[in-house]
Amino acid sequence: MKILVCISHVPDTTSKINFTDNDTKFDTNGVQFVIGPNDEFGLTRAMWFKEKQGASVDVVTVGEKDAEPTIRKTLAIGADKAIRVDAKPMDAFQVAQEIADVAKNGGYDLVIAGRESIDYNGGMVPGMVAKMIGANFINTCVSLEIEDQKATAIREIDGGKETLTCDLPLVIGGQKGLVEEKDLRIPNMRGIMMARKKPLEVKAPVSEKSLVEFKKFSKPAPKGDVKLVNADNIDELIDLLHNEAKAI
Amino acid sequence: MSILIYAESENKKLKKAAFEVASYAASIAEKTQDDVVAVTVNADNTGDLGQYGVSKVLNVQNESLEKFNVESYSEILTKAVEETKADIVILSQSANAKYLAPLLSVNLKAGYASNVVELPETESGFQVKRNVFTNKAFGMAEITTDKKIIGLSSNAFGLHEKEAKAETVDFNPEISDSSIEVQSVDKNTDKVSIADAEIVVSGGRGLKGPENWGMIEELAEVLGAATACSKPVSDMGWRPHSEHVGQTGKPVASNLYIAIGISGAIQHLAGINASKTKVVINTDEEAPFFKAADYGIVGDAFEVVPQLVEKLKEFKASNA
Repeated sequence: MKILVCISHVPDTTSKINFTDNDTKFDTNGVQFVIGPNDEFGLTRAMWFKEKQGASVDVVTVGEKDAEPTIRKTLAIGADKAIRVDAKPMDAFQVAQEIADVAKNGGYDLVIAGRESIDYNGGMVPGMVAKMIGANFINTCVSLEIEDQKATAIREIDGGKETLTCDLPLVIGGQKGLVEEKDLRIPNMRGIMMARKKPLEVKAPVSEKSLVEFKKFSKPAPKGDVKLVNADNIDELIDLLHNEAKAI
Repeated sequence: MSILIYAESENKKLKKAAFEVASYAASIAEKTQDDVVAVTVNADNTGDLGQYGVSKVLNVQNESLEKFNVESYSEILTKAVEETKADIVILSQSANAKYLAPLLSVNLKAGYASNVVELPETESGFQVKRNVFTNKAFGMAEITTDKKIIGLSSNAFGLHEKEAKAETVDFNPEISDSSIEVQSVDKNTDKVSIADAEIVVSGGRGLKGPENWGMIEELAEVLGAATACSKPVSDMGWRPHSEHVGQTGKPVASNLYIAIGISGAIQHLAGINASKTKVVINTDEEAPFFKAADYGIVGDAFEVVPQLVEKLKEFKASNA
């Protein structure tokens, strides 16, 4: 089985978010970039398929040179080969086109992406890739088993879960549950050394077409101070929630 | 011309999200002089959409579509867009709508903006305001294609009644066989889901162990709320992953969010930031959550929550 894992290069979850150039660009100053958390669960599941079922695992990212340390990390974790499509990510459609091209030409059976990236939170790339390459698609995937080219997956729905089956090729939008938090791997020294010898292919983009463009960013208005209520005065809290906030 | 909405239903009844999406579409239609057309699948009360400004409902009645299927449903919407020549398609941000919207976007070659929180601005291009960086910021996104898809964030617009008469017509386009099979659906029907909840009650490490969740559930029951938890609580296995809210868990956009024993890590606060009113109960007055909350009680959850449950029962009884 050939697996392609899509990796987003995103600000660490603790990052302070600021903008520059008259609020038109994300300010990367002092920001640490990491593998997208949803992608990392998928990557770890891919390593399981590699170790238990002999799958090969390639990773792809669409990004400029600054994304290389992030994708190198996936090689150190155990991916076999990395592909960086040398393009500045503009919107989901453009990124999906690039990944679809890699997926189609590489003949992958399974494409694993995170359900959404934690920067622009579009949540669209996996579904778009699936449609573009004519593969099946399962989103918010929290469990995935593959036997004899057949997938059994659990999808999280609002208020529950759904078990689905389908043939490969398949694209999933993954998240926590594919593996547990404790299963995530930190690259060890041997992995880091080996990663240096693994191929990192830089590929020219096939398209520059984007459909949605960010024009300007803003931050939420600063919040007023919290109103503290005495622990002995629960009635006051109920009164505030009812009459002031109109929340109950 | 028309604006098309996907009005979701469950057990043949339209969901609140359907009416919110209708309200939003009707507000756009008022400016552009368009009609709002809704697509429903196996819904009984389609006429109710009229109260929110929908003038026509394309109702699909098909027993084989009782379970949601992403391929069939996106095909239905694609065909409905062809039928109505709609330029704007509006969906909610439920798990199912988020699942099908990217497929629809590719089918229609339509730019799709998700997590939208306000009406579009059309003075210089078609721009929508959406959440980015998990609610830590907003972005104005211009959709540059002729056809546009908007995913409206839950509770961002609210319900706005607008008297119109919705005419329901049968809509049964041919649908290809789906290659994904739904084997089973496991849904907790007696509890409200985080996505649909008006109120969410959430517990953190301050509750000391899974055995203490009874009071969280009791509080949720009194309020008709969904229960949720912080990341460490789900990582330790005290509560299921499906309850984890925050940046890497589920986003919450409820009217009221009550955080109990949650200190308020930046990732957690980002995930719940879209909620309208936030209440924190924590022993540590230095907890970062107090900076993000509207109301707070510095106190021990084990003393405060049982009292709150009792007082709320009294309140509910006298306001019934």
